[in-house]
Parts: sequence; C-alpha cells; structure tokens
Amino acid sequence: MPPEWVRKGQGARAGPGYAHAVIVECRQVSKRFADRLAVRELDLEVPAGLCFGLLGPNGAGKTTTLKMIYGVSRPSSGSVRVFGLDVARSPREVRARLGVTLQENAHIEVLSSIENLRVFGRYHRLSEVEIESRSQELLDFLELRSHADLPVRALSGGFQRRLAIALSLMNRPELLILDEPTTGLDPAVRLSLWERLRELRARGSTILLTTHYMDEAERLCDRLAILAEGRVVAEGAPKDLIREVVASEALELELPEEREASLLSDLHAVRRVRAGRRLMLYSEDAAALLATLRERGGGFDPHSVVVRPADLEDVFLKLTGTKLEGGA
Amino acid sequence: MSAPPLTSRVSLPFALAVWRRNLALYARTWKLNLLPNFFEPLLYLVSIGVGVGAYVSEMRGMSYVAFLAPGLVAVAAMNGASFEVTYNAFVRLNFEKTYESMLTTPIQPEDVLAGEVLWAVTRAGIYGGCFFLVVAAVGLAPMPSALLAVPLIPLTGLLFAALGIAFSLRIPAIEFFSFYFTLFLTPLFLFSDIFFPLEERLPPAGLWLAELLPLLHPVRLIRSAFVGEWSAILLWDLVYVLGLSALLLWVAARVTRRRLTG
Repeated sequence: MPPEWVRKGQGARAGPGYAHAVIVECRQVSKRFADRLAVRELDLEVPAGLCFGLLGPNGAGKTTTLKMIYGVSRPSSGSVRVFGLDVARSPREVRARLGVTLQENAHIEVLSSIENLRVFGRYHRLSEVEIESRSQELLDFLELRSHADLPVRALSGGFQRRLAIALSLMNRPELLILDEPTTGLDPAVRLSLWERLRELRARGSTILLTTHYMDEAERLCDRLAILAEGRVVAEGAPKDLIREVVASEALELELPEEREASLLSDLHAVRRVRAGRRLMLYSEDAAALLATLRERGGGFDPHSVVVRPADLEDVFLKLTGTKLEGGA
Repeated sequence: MSAPPLTSRVSLPFALAVWRRNLALYARTWKLNLLPNFFEPLLYLVSIGVGVGAYVSEMRGMSYVAFLAPGLVAVAAMNGASFEVTYNAFVRLNFEKTYESMLTTPIQPEDVLAGEVLWAVTRAGIYGGCFFLVVAAVGLAPMPSALLAVPLIPLTGLLFAALGIAFSLRIPAIEFFSFYFTLFLTPLFLFSDIFFPLEERLPPAGLWLAELLPLLHPVRLIRSAFVGEWSAILLWDLVYVLGLSALLLWVAARVTRRRLTG
C-alpha cells in the first residue's frame, strides 16, 4: 500500500523534462585517506525530482560521498558531476545551486533564527530584499516563527534541526543534500521533517540524503543505494530491493544450526540469513512456508516464530551479514 | 585534460560575507568583549606610565608616559587581532563547524581566510583606535603628526592576524595557544621597545636578533608618528611588516585549503 505521496511523486517523475535528467553523477569515485579507503569505485546516479537515499551503517562512506558531491572533498580518482558540471572545476557554480544540511548544526548560537538566516543568505550573495523575503518564507515553511527572535541556543533540538534545513534552503536549491537529517530527534519531530521533505520534492526539488534508519529510507526515499565499506552493494526502489534481495515476507524462528539442513533440505531456493540461534527465511508467502515446516515436525520453538513483512534491515543483513544500526 | 585548480582566487564579496558573519556576532557581544580588552592597555598606561614613570625623569627627551603611549597603541592592535585569529578561529574551525557550513555555499577556503583576516584587522582597528582616542584625549598624542599612526593600527593588526592564523591552522589542540600567548606574545610585549629603548640595553650582536621581533617594527613606526621624526630604518620596518604578513598569508592560504577540504 504505497502512501499517496509515493504515487504523486512517481507521476511527477514521468512528466516531461524529468524523464532523463541526471542531477548527480559519480563515476568510479574513490577516496583514500592516509590510513584507509573510505569510498571504493563508487558509481551513482541521482535522477532529477527524486528523493534518493544513501543507506548504510556508520563508517560506510556516506558522508565522504556527500562531501565529494558538493565539492568540499576531492576524489582520489574518478569524476563527480552535478547539474552536468565538474564539481572540482566549478565548485562555486555548483554550490550556488544546491543546499546542504550538515550532520552537526553549525548555528551562531547567540543570534536568533532570523539573524542566522540573514547571515547565511549573505554567504550566497543574495540581495537584502531577497534575504528578507526568503527568510520570512522559511520561518513559515519550517514552523520556526513562534521562536524566531530567541537566541538559537535557547531552542530545542528539533527546532535547531529545522533551522539547519531552513538555512540550506535559503538559495532555493535545485538539489538538497541532507546528512542524517533526523538522527537524535524524537519520533514526532522526525515525522514532521519527513513531511516537509516530501513537500519540497513535490515542488520539484531533488533530495539526496544519508541515513542509517531503515524506516526513514523506506518511507521517504524513492530510490536507495545501500553502502557498505565504501561500496554500493545494492541500488533500487525500496520495495524492489526488498523483493529482489530477500522476498516480500520474512519468517523468523529459533532453530539450532544442526537442525537447519535436515528441516530445509529440499528448500535450497529459500533465501535465508542466520543471526546466532535465529534464522530468517524469506518468502512471498511466509505463512505457507511456516505451515510446510510445521508439517515436517518442526524442531523449532513455536513461541519463537515471527511472520512479518521483510524490510531494508533484512536486505542489509542479507547483503553484508551485519546489522544496519551497528552501535548507533 | 588538465587537473582542476588547487586554489581559487579570493572573491571580495564572499570574503565580506564571512566578515559580516563576524560583525553580526560582534554586534551582539561587543559589550562583553570590548571592555576587558580595552582596559588592559589603559591599566598599563596608568600603572607603569604614570606610576613607575614618576621615578623616571625623562626617556628619549620626553616624559615616560609619553614614551610608553605609542607602544601600547601597537599592543592594543596586536591583542585585538590576536584573540580573533587564535581562540575564536580555532573554535570556529574545530568545534562550531562554522567554516564547514560556509563551504556548503559558494564560499571557498581562500574567501574564509580573507574574511577572517579582514575581521581580525577590523578588531585591531577597533581596539587600537579606541586606545588611540584615549591617548589623544589625555594629550599624549601630539597632533597632527600622531594622525599618521592611525593607518599603522590596522597594519599592525594585519601582521598579527597573519601570525595568529598561520599558528592556529597548524596546532592540534587548543591548549597550544598558551604557548603562543605566554611564550610568544608576552615576550614580544616586554621586549619590543615599548617599556625601554631596546638598542640602549642590548649589545650590538643582539640588535640584529631584536630586528626579528615582529612587534618591534609597528612600535617603532607608531612612535615615530607620535614624535614626528622619520628615519630610513622606518622603511625597513614597513617592508618587514608587509613582507612577513604577505609570506604568512601565502602559507596560511595553502594550509587553509588543506584543513578545510580533504
């Protein structure tokens, strides 16, 4: 049951002018730091008008990839083009047309929201008239107006995060880049931020975000690239990824490893992942699979059985053998 | 295909956007910042100049406090610039992520450096300028010759902005600033012709060494303006100040790009 915004978004994408435009194009991009290779031969294309997610655990290379896309980090090899421009050659031109919300807020804490917006507008060399009208617009759009005149340090985390997004929208960016936009926020704030991002996309902005929350990726992103150890290990629409890498449903049960072979002897085709005593089996019809296993006499604890829709966590587990939210 | 350029030219409008960021912050906090910095040279002027000066009949043909005043103008400019490019710049670079956020806009690392240096020069102008007004008000700045010291105040600021930022970009931890202040700026303050004529107390071999001290040159220039006497050595002072500033800023530009991009 795709929510309404997904269908609306797909409709917009099919329209003229959007069909083939590629906003971000990474070709065989690698980034080497002194002691490690953070990004390895990464290929990535972000089509116009989509919300595109980079999903991966901490240290997968998400932030490094973003930094190369907005040109503050230089690839060790490979090329990055944004809006068709070589970022390394035209950093000013590229950054004039995009906005970035960093992982950490960098507000001037003794100044108010509106003063922070003004300072940021000048970074883009907007006219004072434009700065004023745009600031007012964004105070409303991100619901900042009620506390617009208080020093930023007096504001809650959710408020400060909304201000961070407002700052990155000052220049009316065609591409909005968000590095872990909702990390550390409470669920209500996350929901309202997602709503704002959907609205931006509906107005035609392209959004590129990183996250290590699979629910955020699943509910917000039209397309995803899953990163692990600096590589893209899978790419596609969330639903397609789940169907292709695992299956629509998951059957979880506790089954000792030595029992697995005999119970599932003729079920080679069933995709599975083991995490300790727990075994995840993936199927288009998990209930039917469970019935089959029961007929065979089981050997598993009936209380341990869970049937649920498969999700991106399963995809990640299947692809990398590790959990998405490592220590976070 | 040639490699993309490694540095970019400074864009004055973007550097001014960085400068205006600091101005917006300063406009909010100036009362807290200005007073302590402002009183420091004043306290020296009163304590050493008037207090100790009472036991000194004259120094180079003038009262001791008149000898001291121009040197303290240079010190006020030095302090105004130094705080900005040391502690403040370090915090913006490493803790507040200010520069990281600027670099998400068309601003380039070289613009950040130029804006910060320009701002440090501005603060040197504010502190040095205020102290100059006090000194002038109590009649220690002979007019109109002392007016020539006014453009030397931001010039002093430029030199110490360049020294400070070159240092700040290279240190790994904020604690290193205690070396900068205690083992660099304080000795400069004590041994740069401010409290006593250096050349009368040093052996000839030491005189050459003294010429290396950065604060000596602004002090000599500003005192000459106050006294209204000019000599050839001032040309060397001017070359030293401009040359060392240019050299340090050239180095800082390279380090800035390396620190802000990676």
